[in-house]
Parts: sequence; C-alpha cells; structure tokens
Amino acid sequence: MPAENVIEVRSLTKRFGDVTAVDGISFELRRGEILGLLGPNGAGKTTTIQLLLGLTSPSEGEIRIFGLDPARHRREILQRVNFSSTYVSLPSNLKVRENLTVFARLYGLRKPRRKIEELLELLEIPEVMDRVTGALSSGQQTRIHLAKALINDPEILFLDEPTASLDPDIAAKVRDVLRRVQRERGVSMIYTSHNMREVELMCDRVMFLAGGRIAAAGTPAEVVERARSTSLEDLFIAIARADGESP
Amino acid sequence: MWNRVGALLLRHFYLYRRSLARAMEIFFWPVMELLLWGFLTVYLRRLEVPVTVLFLIGAVIFWDVLYRSQQAITLSITEEIWVRNILNLFIAPVRIGEILLATCLVGVVKALVTALVLGTIAYVLYAFNLLAIGPALVPFLLVLLLFGWAVGMCTMGLILRYGQAAEALIWGVPFLLQPVSAVFYPVDVLRAALDGGRVDLRDLAFALVLNLVYLAAGAAFFGWMLRQVREKGYLSRLGME
Repeated sequence: MPAENVIEVRSLTKRFGDVTAVDGISFELRRGEILGLLGPNGAGKTTTIQLLLGLTSPSEGEIRIFGLDPARHRREILQRVNFSSTYVSLPSNLKVRENLTVFARLYGLRKPRRKIEELLELLEIPEVMDRVTGALSSGQQTRIHLAKALINDPEILFLDEPTASLDPDIAAKVRDVLRRVQRERGVSMIYTSHNMREVELMCDRVMFLAGGRIAAAGTPAEVVERARSTSLEDLFIAIARADGESP
Repeated sequence: MWNRVGALLLRHFYLYRRSLARAMEIFFWPVMELLLWGFLTVYLRRLEVPVTVLFLIGAVIFWDVLYRSQQAITLSITEEIWVRNILNLFIAPVRIGEILLATCLVGVVKALVTALVLGTIAYVLYAFNLLAIGPALVPFLLVLLLFGWAVGMCTMGLILRYGQAAEALIWGVPFLLQPVSAVFYPVDVLRAALDGGRVDLRDLAFALVLNLVYLAAGAAFFGWMLRQVREKGYLSRLGME
C-alpha cells in the first residue's frame, strides 16, 4: 500500500514583481519520507519552504498539507509541523529550560518539564537544561533548536541546513537523532543542505530546483544515473552552472 | 488562546528578569527624566514662577505611560527580530492578534510599574500627588495606553515592512507626536484635572473614543503591512538577517 501524502503541491508559482522565484512546481511528500530540497542560491528553495510554512502566499497553484489548505487552516497545520534552521535562533539571554517552556506552551503543552527533559536526553545534552542559551557552543545551540522543533511531536519537520555550522562529529550525532526520529515516529522531513554527502545519507528522495523549476527529482541514485553524472555533488555543480548561464 | 498569550507573556517576563538593559527601560530612564524635570520645577518655583509649574511633573509621568506602552509593542517584536526568533513565532500556531494582545499586556504592566515608581518618587521628592486627580486618573491612563498601542502598531508595521533600517522609529515616532500629543500642554483634560480635581467628562469621553479610533486604525495599518510583508516574502529576510 503506498504511503499517504502529507504534502501535495500542484503548479505552485510565486512571483515577486517581475521575478518568478518559484515557477509552477508540483511534488508530494510522503509520510515518513525525507525529501532533500536542493539547488544553488536563488533556486527557489527558501521561497518554497516559506510558501509551505505560510510565511508568504502563492501567486498561483495549490498547496495541501494533511489534505488542508494552509490559507484556511493555518493554525491546525502549524500545530502539526515545525521548523529548524541554522539561520534562526532562540533568545540567547534565556535559559534553555525557559526557551523550551515558552515554545512548549505555545504549542499547547501545559506541563512541559518532562517533555523537555526527554528531548534533551534524546539529543544527548541533558546538562544544559539550566544554562543560558547564548553561553552554549554552536553544536549545543543547534541541538536546542532541534529540541524546540520536536517539542510538539511534529508530523512534518522543515530543516534548513541543520548541520551547517557544526563540526563533523556533532553533525553526525544530529543526523543520527533525525534518522531515529524519522524511523521511530514516522516524521516526514523536508531537508535543505549544501552538503551532498549528507543529502545522500539522509534523504530518501531529492528534488533539485534551478530558476524556480524542478531540474531533477528522484532518489539520489536515480537522479545521478539519469543525469549520467558521477555523484550528487557533480550533478549539483552542473545544475548550478547551467542555472548561472541561463538568461 | 490564553495559554498561548500566557506563553508569550512568560517569554517577556523571563527577558525582563534576565536583561538589565530591558529593566532599565522601565526604571532607569523614566526616573532620570523625572529627576531632571522635577528639579527644574523646584528651581522654577524658587524663582517664583506660578505653582502650576508642578504640571510638568504630572506631564512627565503621563508621557511615560504613553511612551512605555508604545515601546512595549515595538520593542517586544523588534527584540524577536534582533535575536532571530521572529520566524519561530510566526511558524508557531499563534494568531497575530494573540501576539499583539500579549505585547499590549506587557505595555500595561510596563506603563503601570513606571507610573507607580515615578508617582512615588514625585510624591517623596517634590510633594506632587498624582492621585490628587482622583478616579479620573484611570481613564487618563487608559487613553494614554490606547494611544501608545495605536502608535506602537503603526511603528511595528513600518519595522516589519522596512526591516532594521526603520528601527530608529521605535524611539523617534513618539517624539514626532509629542508636540501634538496633548500630554505636556495645553490640554483642557489634564489642566482641569490638576485644577482641583474637576474633570470635563465630555472631553475625556471624546478622547477615549478618538483613541479607540486611533487604535483601530493602528491595528488596520499593522494588518495591512503584515499582508504586504507576507506577499513580498520579507518575513524570512527579517528572521534570518
């Protein structure tokens, strides 16, 4: 039996004035699947994630998340998804416990202490509970942000370069946690990264964007083979160069 | 709804408990301002300027109510931009109205704490009794809070739209309005109140209605700016800059 689609996107377009950032893309995300959203800077990845999170509205096309229209069911959808990005932070002058308590309550948890302890254990940083967030290492901060992203037991997780600022050891730990979460809880993920080795390790399917359009899609092995490339990294470079040369 | 508003209030409580700079907004700057104007008043009285110069002390306190309520809204959201937390809030299942309600409530607390501290200092140092206004003090504070919120929502709309380049507006906009704010001079409402506790209720009611109109206009402006920001995709720029 095929897995249920948690996201369905049809002919999605977003224009900013004369610029078309996303140009008629269609795709699905299945339950429990990790989809890599790849492409050079300006390819349309961030705009696509913004559209899915309701941070901006489509010019044309249709988005369904859990079968619901985000424009009409924003809060119901946001209650069941979460987001983590290297480029977004939590207030640095609050303690970890305080930050996670605020977000737990925003997502409707009334007594979140146990949940916070459980997440910090999962992320192997229980000792930081009462430390000020800004005083933590970047690896610890990334994991605190992941704890925030997991606080509502999301069914879909949007991860924007989650390991970009981490050393290889911590990046591997973060990937292990994410794989575990995906396996044990059936969480679907949309994953952006410029590290193609990581994408191969993490993603069930990938979708390359260039100039707002889908340039290639499939499993990592499939897209490499179809493009007669030698690796995902070489394919990325070829797509980025072709995108840079297009008018 | 109240659980989410409570969570946002908790976030501000944690912030003010931990940040000396934020606590200074409530205590240090208003007290310094009061001391300056208070001692000027003492000096003017020594020069035998009429006793109504005491009005200045009341004006400083009332101005701070307006200023702190405006700043509560603008600083609360700008703070989230500064610490790159704004996207976390916008992708949480929170209505924008709940964010505004929480910041307005922060404004009430800040304004009341500031008024209490300044009122006490004014009474001890300058024998100025803010409570002499009587029950009319409540609607006075209310209209100032409402106007502060209205200005705060307009300022916040501009900051969301134009980003960090517009941050100077947080401190600048209230002073742009100060000459016509009817706080320092020559307001029949305030003057009447200080002149033996008589209050022109018609003026006060008119001010209240007018401020409710300003508040609705401020909320509409903020909503319009937010739609523009969503349409143009500026939220992630604000959140990740």
